Amino acid sequence: MESQIAEITQHTGGVIGVSWLMIAFPLLGAFILLVFNRFTNRWGHLLGVAMSLASFVVAVLAFFELIGFGEEARRRAVHLFEFIPGMPGEPPMVDMGLLIDPLSISFALLITGVGSLIHIYSIGYMSHDEHRRRFFAYLNLFVAAMLLLVLADNYVGLFIGWEGVGLASYLLIGFWQFKPSAAVAAKKAFVVNRVGDFGLLVGMFVIWTTFGTLAFKDLAAQTSGVENGTTLAIGLLLLLGACGKSAQLPLQSWLLDAMEGPTPVSALIHAATMVTAGVYLVVRSGAFFFHEGSGAALAVAIVGAATLLAGAIIGCAKDDIKKGLAGSTMSQIGYMMLGAGLGPAGYAFAIGHLITHGFFKADMFLGAGSVMHGMNDEVDMRKYGALRKVMPVTFITFFIGYLAIIGFPLLSGYFTKDGIIETAVHHQPVLGWLAVLGAGITGFYMSRMVFMTFFGQKRWADDAHPHESPAVMTWPLIILSIGSIFLGGYLILSNTLMLFLSPAVGRPAELPEFHFTSVPGLATLALVAVGAAFAWMRYGRVEVPAVQPRGNFLTTFARRDLYGDALNESLFMRPGQWLTRIAVFFDNRGVDGLVNGLAAGIGGSSGRLRRIQTGFARTYALSILIGAALLTGALLLVGNI
Amino acid sequence: MSPWLPILMAVPVVGAIVVALLPKGSDKLAKQVTLAVSLLVLVLTGVMAAGFKPSGERFQFTAAYDWIPSFGVKFGVGVDGVALVLIALSVVLVPIVVLASWHDADGVKTADGTLITPKRSVKTYFSLLLVLETMMIGVFAATDIFLFYVFFEAMLIPMYFMIGSYGGAQRSYAAVKFLLYSLFGGLLMLVAVIGLYVVAGSKTFMFPELVGAIQDPTTQKWLFGGFFIAFAIKAPLWPVHTWLPDAAAQAPAGAAVLLVGVLDKVGTFGMLRFCLELFPDAAKAFTMPIVVLAVISIIYGAIVAIGQTDMKRLIAYTSISHFGFIVLGVFAMSATAQSGAALYMVNHGFATGALFLAAGFLIARRGSPFIGDYGGVQKVAPLLAGFFLVAGLAGLSLPGLSSFVSEFMVMIGTYSSAAHGSGALTVAAVIAALAVILAAVYILWMIQRAMNGPTAEPVKLFKDLNAREVWVLAPLIALIIGFGFFPKPLLDVINPSVHQTLTNVQVPTSTIAEKGTGQ
Amino acid sequence: MTTHYLVLSGLLFAIGALGVLIRRNAIVVFMCVELMLNACNLAFVTFSRQVGNLEGQVIAFFVMVVAAAEVVVGLAIIVTIFRTRRSASVDDANLLKY
Repeated sequence: MESQIAEITQHTGGVIGVSWLMIAFPLLGAFILLVFNRFTNRWGHLLGVAMSLASFVVAVLAFFELIGFGEEARRRAVHLFEFIPGMPGEPPMVDMGLLIDPLSISFALLITGVGSLIHIYSIGYMSHDEHRRRFFAYLNLFVAAMLLLVLADNYVGLFIGWEGVGLASYLLIGFWQFKPSAAVAAKKAFVVNRVGDFGLLVGMFVIWTTFGTLAFKDLAAQTSGVENGTTLAIGLLLLLGACGKSAQLPLQSWLLDAMEGPTPVSALIHAATMVTAGVYLVVRSGAFFFHEGSGAALAVAIVGAATLLAGAIIGCAKDDIKKGLAGSTMSQIGYMMLGAGLGPAGYAFAIGHLITHGFFKADMFLGAGSVMHGMNDEVDMRKYGALRKVMPVTFITFFIGYLAIIGFPLLSGYFTKDGIIETAVHHQPVLGWLAVLGAGITGFYMSRMVFMTFFGQKRWADDAHPHESPAVMTWPLIILSIGSIFLGGYLILSNTLMLFLSPAVGRPAELPEFHFTSVPGLATLALVAVGAAFAWMRYGRVEVPAVQPRGNFLTTFARRDLYGDALNESLFMRPGQWLTRIAVFFDNRGVDGLVNGLAAGIGGSSGRLRRIQTGFARTYALSILIGAALLTGALLLVGNI
Repeated sequence: MSPWLPILMAVPVVGAIVVALLPKGSDKLAKQVTLAVSLLVLVLTGVMAAGFKPSGERFQFTAAYDWIPSFGVKFGVGVDGVALVLIALSVVLVPIVVLASWHDADGVKTADGTLITPKRSVKTYFSLLLVLETMMIGVFAATDIFLFYVFFEAMLIPMYFMIGSYGGAQRSYAAVKFLLYSLFGGLLMLVAVIGLYVVAGSKTFMFPELVGAIQDPTTQKWLFGGFFIAFAIKAPLWPVHTWLPDAAAQAPAGAAVLLVGVLDKVGTFGMLRFCLELFPDAAKAFTMPIVVLAVISIIYGAIVAIGQTDMKRLIAYTSISHFGFIVLGVFAMSATAQSGAALYMVNHGFATGALFLAAGFLIARRGSPFIGDYGGVQKVAPLLAGFFLVAGLAGLSLPGLSSFVSEFMVMIGTYSSAAHGSGALTVAAVIAALAVILAAVYILWMIQRAMNGPTAEPVKLFKDLNAREVWVLAPLIALIIGFGFFPKPLLDVINPSVHQTLTNVQVPTSTIAEKGTGQ
Repeated sequence: MTTHYLVLSGLLFAIGALGVLIRRNAIVVFMCVELMLNACNLAFVTFSRQVGNLEGQVIAFFVMVVAAAEVVVGLAIIVTIFRTRRSASVDDANLLKY
């Protein structure tokens, strides 16, 4: 299974030559909206949408220009500027440039496309918020940073984008920062992400020290495709980074809290794009450090499999619709990581699932947002019920997303998830069957969500008057749900995506063929059906209690996010607080105390010494006499007189 | 002989005299004159810097006048790349500080509304500020080690008065502590300077002629110690750091900016230029202990910063952490790390300057430096909160902001440094990298407590930044973002001089040579 | 011969010094100081005579001149102190106390 990755060609001119415009447009938007502040209040949201759309247009044009090249020439590097110059007479340490290749352009299309739809949706969703302009500024900032992340042709550029999206995520989670919970969640997301960034940072140190470059182009020429201790270490460090950004175990805890942000943010950042950056990092570095069958790749797959189960279990117990979806996001990214850990055979499915997930999860998040919009921002599904009649468009689009995520045959999710499962069963049977199990749980919790929200009896609050959302919100839903239906089949059935991506990530020697009746596939469908049926029995057929019942041990376990927070708290937060307190005490009393003690000592002894100054002239006279006598004596002693 | 540097040093002094001689009651005029003079110096420096040729001689704009001929002491000035960017940093910060300190010399408001009145007049404050500017230019420009020493010590005087006469409640304590600490270090340095003169025996204090003059390793170690302790106190490095939080917390915000942003840089600048180049063998011999101290500073400063309740003290402790990075970069014996360290000196000045000033504006509104007395500022003063956030993000070295580039270069250079068999420095770099997590905690936790959440009762009356305050912060933020993406102009100036330093120390100067052998 | 003079000079000096140390009255202390000075003078003159040149005698004159000047200043101070404090005791003028 040799991966055939194309060489990177330097490129000038054409749309690709100005592909930096993709980043520049939203960046300019954010700049204008933030600097010109309240003067842009009236039309700020329109500018935000326009900038995002402009970026999308550039991405589409660049895409068409790219596929105009022969398959081997589809990796175009565009040089931008010298970022960190080297010593005199030496080449620069880091050159900033963009890499337009099938992988990055796929991401760029997803980010700008889904991003633009979510921008449009936000016009309606945020229409009552007095800070809507600021919201769009942050969204634009996010899009710019995310594009830099995926388009940069070196790790430093990627890292700038990486932290840029982290910043945007911080700002947007904390958008309603006057709520203490939002402020805490924002900080938590950033700090947990920084733990991952530490891994990425140290990974870059090792890469630089070992290979003397951080550019993908030069790395491709230097890495041999064989794993050794160093590349394993790099791989694990990068994986730590990926875990932070993509909310994979053990750095998953921030994602659920991140739902404090406005719902479009959850859809764009915490479902469709940013959280998938970890998958991008793994796939992008795949040829260098995650060789097929290597230990690093295996670690990726294990993390993916563990997280897909953990996320699914958490999703089962949440009554907060957004947190339920967040658990599901964790779980779906787990699938992608699993796919990305399988080498070139899995990359196309991982990216494919990433793209379709971008559509159906954004669709469902926005759908959830639409429900909340009609329900006075109520998020508790126990207060929903029977909403399908009052919100028909939302219901239908959400339902399509639901069918896609559980892998209903012929919908998007079916093809991409099944691809991952089949490849996993083939390469790593244990992980593969765990993924099958995960799909069954997905069937349960997603059905539970749909039944609790749209079916059953009304359990609305007294002042709730649910209504369908305006067209500016429903049209993005419709477009996303169309993607959720067809995209998967198009990408996977005739290996379209795999062939398209292969110059960038390589492909297996033998192209896979999609079987509708494979054993794992059928097993998945059966488990999903069982899960859905079980959900129907618990939440569809019978009345859902409006107050959360006391669950058994397993339910509590899932409600508490598998005790992830408790673990972090007892393992890091409390010891950290103690350490801080001890350090502060030590600094004040120990280090500074020593200094002040020295000062006090000198002061004290001089205070005692000055008591010699009695003020009596005769005392002084006596001391003079004694001094004179001593001197004379001393002189006599040495015999100089 | 170029008149540039003497002129640059003369202009602020003349300005200071003019300001001091203004009649009583013309406070506003004093402020305006000070601002004009500092802007003039900025423009002059800009014109001078434009004529600097990175590929030319190491020291440019040199001038030397006989001062004490019997000892060979000269008034010798000249700048290399590192000195130039630090002078640029100083002259950029001074007008900003003048504008920021517009009301600082009127007294410090406390939380209960009482006013701590200054001991001296307003015009004296601004006059001192200009005197300080001359000394800051002088200390970086001096190529005569005796002259450097004189400026090194003389700088304490205006700063002592600025803290001691215009500071907060505990100003005297802080000012005396600052002075005693610095004097103690200065004394050791004086001994080393005289020792250097005597041992070298070349009847001169001119730095370029003294490079390589001391060959005996033991002598080098003793003299190195004298210089290093003085610079370590100045920098400040753990465990001689405790004067900084006190001084920075008690000083008026503007003075604190110059103290942390420029004065402390003299320490790291001195290490880079004097400790390394005059005593290369000693520097190499002491690399490991110093790296250990630097790493302790980085982590310790960050942890103690997390536990602070006083905003200004918190920022001071973050600076101790950042100075750890600079010292680490200076002594990592790698071109990348050292360029990064030199760049960090500049970037830290802008980033911490912005943070101190933003915190100063916040404190001026409420009178209390305690984080717990705020909350929800973002809602009533979004501009202030926004600037504070960006400055804070620069403090946590967010990529895309200037401090990231330098921190990244220091860490990656240290990691890949071949000195001392890469192992130990590799570990140092990894431990230092942990600070990126701690930095996020101390900055964001402070922002969460001060800026977010429900608006506290006294905060509700806050006014957002006025035009003057925006003009103070906006240039700094622009510089932080600008150099975050285009550090090239600075690095192009810094790199040749770092190259020269490392050549004198006889360390591989190539970034390429640091790279391993591949696989 | 010389020895006798020197012993006398030493005795006078010792008496003067003792007086300075144990007497409180400023005037007496003052006179004791004079006594010490004159003891020195006696020693100078003695040595001068023994060695056979005039330098010692010249110095004795110098000492007398200084002593005279000292008396002028000293008495003035004593009188001033007496006026302000109504006391001529040296122990009452202890403003230099710590």
